[in-house]
Amino acid sequence: MSTIIEAPRTPRERSSKGRVNWEKWGWIYMRASGVLLIILIFGHLFVNLVLGQGIKAIDFAFVAGKYATPFWQIWDVVMLWLAMIHGSNGMRTIVNDYASNPVVRRILLIALFVAAVVLIVLGTLVVFTFDPCSTLIPADQALSFCPVS
Amino acid sequence: MAIEEASTLTTARSSSKRPAGTLYRGNTGMWSWVLHRITGVAIYFFLLVHVLDTAMIRVSPGAYDAVMSTYKNPIMGLGETALVIAIMFHAFNGLRIILIDFWSKGAKYQRLMFWIVIALWVIGTAGFAPIHLANVFSEGH
Repeated sequence: MSTIIEAPRTPRERSSKGRVNWEKWGWIYMRASGVLLIILIFGHLFVNLVLGQGIKAIDFAFVAGKYATPFWQIWDVVMLWLAMIHGSNGMRTIVNDYASNPVVRRILLIALFVAAVVLIVLGTLVVFTFDPCSTLIPADQALSFCPVS
Repeated sequence: MAIEEASTLTTARSSSKRPAGTLYRGNTGMWSWVLHRITGVAIYFFLLVHVLDTAMIRVSPGAYDAVMSTYKNPIMGLGETALVIAIMFHAFNGLRIILIDFWSKGAKYQRLMFWIVIALWVIGTAGFAPIHLANVFSEGH
């Protein structure tokens, strides 16, 4: 079988007109989400690691205080979705570059997809179903403002 | 100026291990790409772990505080410093990539922008690392 190498700068032949060009949208997504993630992650790092006592102050009560407001719930969930998809798509690019064996490549891509779906669903559920005074929390660990059951 | 043999095919004679006569290999463009990949992979794997450790708030206060106590360990503190440094490079170089793609003079100034990225990276590290390391190595909870 002979391979025809087209002249440089030959326009790409569009296989099926009207189809969604997923690679193009992935390329756009990396840039758009990247800009938003700079704001979201730098804000996240500043509030959690720079202000006050930084990491020393982070405990259950700190996170419970943040998730008492919809502002931080939405901030974290948007950050989770954007970052997981941005990171997974970046890893997909790397897998496509280095995994030459088609079977290995397929397994790695499926693993990336499964990890992204599981963590996005888990993280979203955790943020929106979080109850700082859940009755599942042992009494000796409950926060002081929670009603004693 | 002498005409140098700048073909990529004639680099074998050089005693230097660094390939000569290519625009890309061994230059800032290549190293920014290498660093972008390495930092990206590192941040990705931390993100996987970070979603899981934060999910512990849904289990119990004790479970969350236990996992957070491992992040307050000094060795982990050094790792967190490295992570934030990696995030800063990825962020600043990501903006450089966007400017190369969308700004009409982006490709022309990509090398200058690489050094601006490095400068911002050093400034950001100098701003963050002392604060975080002071928190990590301070006494008490």
